[in-house]
Amino acid sequence: MTTLGTATVAPVLKLVGIHKKFGGVVAVNRFDLEVRPGEIVALVGDNGAGKSTLVKIISGLYQPSDGEIWLNGEQVNFRDASDARKQGVEVVYQDLALVPDQPVYMNMFLGRELTKGPLKTLDRKRMAKHTQELVDTLEVRIPSAKATLSDLSGGQRQGVAICRATHWASGLVLMDEPTAALGVAETAKVEALIAKLRDRGAAVLLVSHNMDQVFRLADRVAVLRRGQQVAVKPLADTTHNELVAMITGLAS
Amino acid sequence: MSPTIAAENPGMLARVKRVNWSNYVVYIGFVVVFLFFAITQTQYFLTGTNLFNIVIQAAPITVMAIGVVFVLSTGEIDLSIGSVVALSALTAAVVLQTTDLWWLAALAGLASGAVIGLVNGVFVTWVRLPSFLVTLATMGLVAGLARQLTELQSVPVTDKVFVFLFGGGNLLGVPIMIWWTAVAVLVGWHLLRQRRYGAHVLAVGDNASAARVSGIRVNRVRLMVFVGSAMTAALAGLLYAGRLQGARYTLGESDLMTVIAAVIVGGTSMFGGKGAVIGALIGSLLMSMINNGLILAGLNVSQQMIVRGIIILVAVSFSLRGKKSS
Ligand SMILES: Nc1ncnc2c1ncn2[C@@H]1O[C@H](COP(=O)(O)OP(=O)(O)O)[C@@H](O)[C@H]1O
Ligand SMILES: [Mg+2]
Repeated sequence: MTTLGTATVAPVLKLVGIHKKFGGVVAVNRFDLEVRPGEIVALVGDNGAGKSTLVKIISGLYQPSDGEIWLNGEQVNFRDASDARKQGVEVVYQDLALVPDQPVYMNMFLGRELTKGPLKTLDRKRMAKHTQELVDTLEVRIPSAKATLSDLSGGQRQGVAICRATHWASGLVLMDEPTAALGVAETAKVEALIAKLRDRGAAVLLVSHNMDQVFRLADRVAVLRRGQQVAVKPLADTTHNELVAMITGLAS
Repeated sequence: MSPTIAAENPGMLARVKRVNWSNYVVYIGFVVVFLFFAITQTQYFLTGTNLFNIVIQAAPITVMAIGVVFVLSTGEIDLSIGSVVALSALTAAVVLQTTDLWWLAALAGLASGAVIGLVNGVFVTWVRLPSFLVTLATMGLVAGLARQLTELQSVPVTDKVFVFLFGGGNLLGVPIMIWWTAVAVLVGWHLLRQRRYGAHVLAVGDNASAARVSGIRVNRVRLMVFVGSAMTAALAGLLYAGRLQGARYTLGESDLMTVIAAVIVGGTSMFGGKGAVIGALIGSLLMSMINNGLILAGLNVSQQMIVRGIIILVAVSFSLRGKKSS
């Protein structure tokens, strides 16, 4: 799927020996991964394997006990989530981190609202305009950037969340089970949107429980089992059965 | 003042259908009650003085209601406002009596509110207690403080400047109470609708974890709404002290119910995420008008309380029922 040679392009995200302990429990043990522009890497594993922990480390919510995070060629050290956000790491959560009673444009700019004038009043017009442009470019079909979020369907809302992440990300978008709360048709739309991001050159790390989705979308897959990195390989080089076997640890 | 900006693109019909009628309950109620009293109390109700009086009487309630709009918008509640009214009024009156400095008295009154607001906010954010319990406790605590302060004695307020500024003054032909009302409403509206702060208040009430991952300092927003609410209650205390030319521990005693009713009828959600400043103003005027009409109708105090309770129950259930079904 990707036309980019794996070695020629510098990775947007590079994880080196990431290790995370909670008290005595090792949640992630020496994890290495590179995600390049225009690439979707799926992160799979059973419940409790450490996927969300890894996403939270990359997004600054947790600090790794050991290891290095490199972003666009520079080693980074996130103090907290807003620090990571400032450096261009964006996350799409399964449980929709949006505010339903507000218009779409306010969601798009939540926490980073545009203001104007000496009184620093909200610039609703400019926020709505930017939002409309963004959803149009990514072909997310919503009635209007001014529509109240709660009037949209689950798929449209996740579309808004993904647009927001894309807009603010400096190349890397993390997605923690972005379609887990959606129906079949809505999942298809969100998958199309994720594929579009990849085609536009974004690096996507996608946590998913859905093997079919992983095969439909991802270029490579990283498998975690009880915190251990079992494999990282192109999807072209693996099968559904092998993947399940690696996830569960049972020979197929 | 609905926070929903109706989409401009869809047709008129779609817009009308999308309108959430519960947001307009307060305006409809206002007109209905107005007409009712205008028809039944023809001689007095419609006189200019009486209509002015309704607005002036409503001033402390309106000022408090603005503070409470922010508290409810974040999904919290502040039950201590009534007690803060008395504490602030008595603090100001005592300072005035001992120093004769009107500005020091006003500052002391407001500061007493700020302190209570900080206490409420700290217990909600740091100790992580529900605001219902925290402010229930401070409601009692502050009421006790107010009684203790002058050992149940009322304190007269005679300072001319203080009484002008917080009571019977008149600026450019407009009563000072109406100025305070206007200032409170304008500042509240600006903060809630025009500033990032207001957007953050609504976001915290709507989905606190979304606000948090979006980089909004949720606890700071919560702390601020409690300080704001207590300070508007403290200002209301000054307005009572100025208007009545004295302070007493009973001031503000029955205001909690009136203020909360005014705010909810005005379209602010009890569950956070939706706030309406102009609605709260209309709601306060509605409560004041009901009061006024019932007095004109010759009802005694206990009858007024009963009728007011019933009217509030009806009005609030209208505005909340509409919300759920939408
Ligand atoms: N905040 C935490 N404190 C203690 N243990 C945690 C914490 N977060 C996750 N863990 C543990 O780390 C392991 C990995 O969890 P998680 O990353 O949520 O798994 P996944 O997302 O793959 O289902 C689990 O054993 C979990 O109990
Ligand atoms: Mg998880």
